[in-house]
Amino acid sequence: MTPESPTSADPAVGRLLRELAPQVLGAVARRHEDFSAAEDAVQEALIAAAARWPADGVPDNPRGWLYQVARRRLTDHVRSEVARRRREEAVASELLATEAAAPPPDAEIDVEEDDTLVLLFMCGHPALTPPSAIALTLRAVGGLTTAEIASAFLVPEATMAQRISRAKQSIKASGVPFAMPTAEERAARLGAVLHVLYLIFNEGYTSSAGPHLHRTDLSNEAIRLARAVHALLPGDGEVTGLLALMLLTDARRGARTGPSGELIPLDAQDRALWDQGLIAEGIALVSDALSRRAVGPYQLQAAIAAVHDEAASAADTDWPQILALYGLLERMSDNPMVALNRAIAAAMVHGPAVGLELVAALDADARLRGHYRLDAVRAHLLEMAGDPERAVTHYRAAAERTTSIPERDYLTAKAARLAADLRGTSATGDA
Amino acid sequence: MRYMLLMHAPSGTGDYQHSTWDPADWRVHLDYWRRLNGELTRSGELVGVEALTAPREARVVRAGRSGAPAVTDGPFPEAKEFLAGYWIVDVDRAERAYEIAARASAAPGPGGAPLAIPIEVRQVMRAPAADA
Repeated sequence: MTPESPTSADPAVGRLLRELAPQVLGAVARRHEDFSAAEDAVQEALIAAAARWPADGVPDNPRGWLYQVARRRLTDHVRSEVARRRREEAVASELLATEAAAPPPDAEIDVEEDDTLVLLFMCGHPALTPPSAIALTLRAVGGLTTAEIASAFLVPEATMAQRISRAKQSIKASGVPFAMPTAEERAARLGAVLHVLYLIFNEGYTSSAGPHLHRTDLSNEAIRLARAVHALLPGDGEVTGLLALMLLTDARRGARTGPSGELIPLDAQDRALWDQGLIAEGIALVSDALSRRAVGPYQLQAAIAAVHDEAASAADTDWPQILALYGLLERMSDNPMVALNRAIAAAMVHGPAVGLELVAALDADARLRGHYRLDAVRAHLLEMAGDPERAVTHYRAAAERTTSIPERDYLTAKAARLAADLRGTSATGDA
Repeated sequence: MRYMLLMHAPSGTGDYQHSTWDPADWRVHLDYWRRLNGELTRSGELVGVEALTAPREARVVRAGRSGAPAVTDGPFPEAKEFLAGYWIVDVDRAERAYEIAARASAAPGPGGAPLAIPIEVRQVMRAPAADA
């Protein structure tokens, strides 16, 4: 972590700053046309606070302090911008008008909860690519520094700085004001925001093993942001569903990797290591969402995670219910990965032959062509069906195709173990 | 998704072919790399880029009996091609990595003619993968 990081100072100050970051940015951006400049000014205010608060103490009105420092930085920025433009003999009236419309710097900040929502919706702007949207969300809403985001995604800081700056430029170029999107736009934007949070969570969850333990904890950050969105939109079933899905998945984190970072599949995990507090919270959230609102894909995925988490052992898993939930999910989202998961559930309920038939039907899907999961699932079902020879072939194919190191190690070990058993069997046969 | 773009040069005599080029051609060639790398930096896609010294400078090292390094000096006439440099780019899809590779491949040689350098594109493995 770099010395400029607002979160590195004192953990309590870091948490407070990150909680206040989107509120202050929202309030500043609402009064200033240039979102990019507002974002830079708030980032500077956060860095100043991180340097001063641990020594001087947290001010009585920390939000007002940050707001005023950011406003002052913006005023300086506008002045130098005006001076620059004057030198270039350009018209400065537009900038002056922006400044004139702003409240005096000592004005009490009025925080509207909507500001944070507007910020979030801005991060779900259709002009942004997913990597840009992720970077901007973590910085503008999450209050992380560029250095922290860069280290979390293992890219040079300059690369991440460019992504963030491009994201802000895309928003500027789109000419969309800092305001709540229209009712028609809202659903799509919220969907994009939830997808971004889901990607952040997965990035953290799936890389929490092995050599990447030092990475900024993206899963916790995604959960924190999902909690914030849930607090702003408690009535939205998919927001609740996504938060529940994250909690129910994260509950298994301690059990999903072995001592040297190797992957432990769900059915072999030590369930005593699952976090019962997170499971209870996730189940309460998803039950509430499902009982009251229109069902959506995140709620269904959360419900599936809940069924796994509720089972005392792998053998106790309520597979018929999981199969039914995957059936609903498949009808809702045309995603071949869902169909593949449903094939596993079908095999658990009706036997491997049924699962293999469903997998065979997916061979024609161009989106899965050459995907390692197709081979991995087929190998698993062939093993269940008592055909170890073909299972080995598909485990090996899957191991070659995956781009994930723990996954490759797991699949390679599976193939090696089955192959060794086969050799053992044939050796016994020969004797 | 991360890709490594490996640029190969003919191993030949042990020197890069540009050592015999006209200086003006070499400048155009260098400007081309600067422009490409600048664009990749600005697009937020460049993770790393390195150029390697000539084949003549290469050493192949094997562990000797005691584990001590046994060093063979280059160039290695048996090798037809030689790694001249690489990029690591972080892109949304494979096609984008191919586009960048094609740009690198088209770097100008003598008289400004594109060299059509073979660029090997390899996906970089990573830690993650969610459990189902």
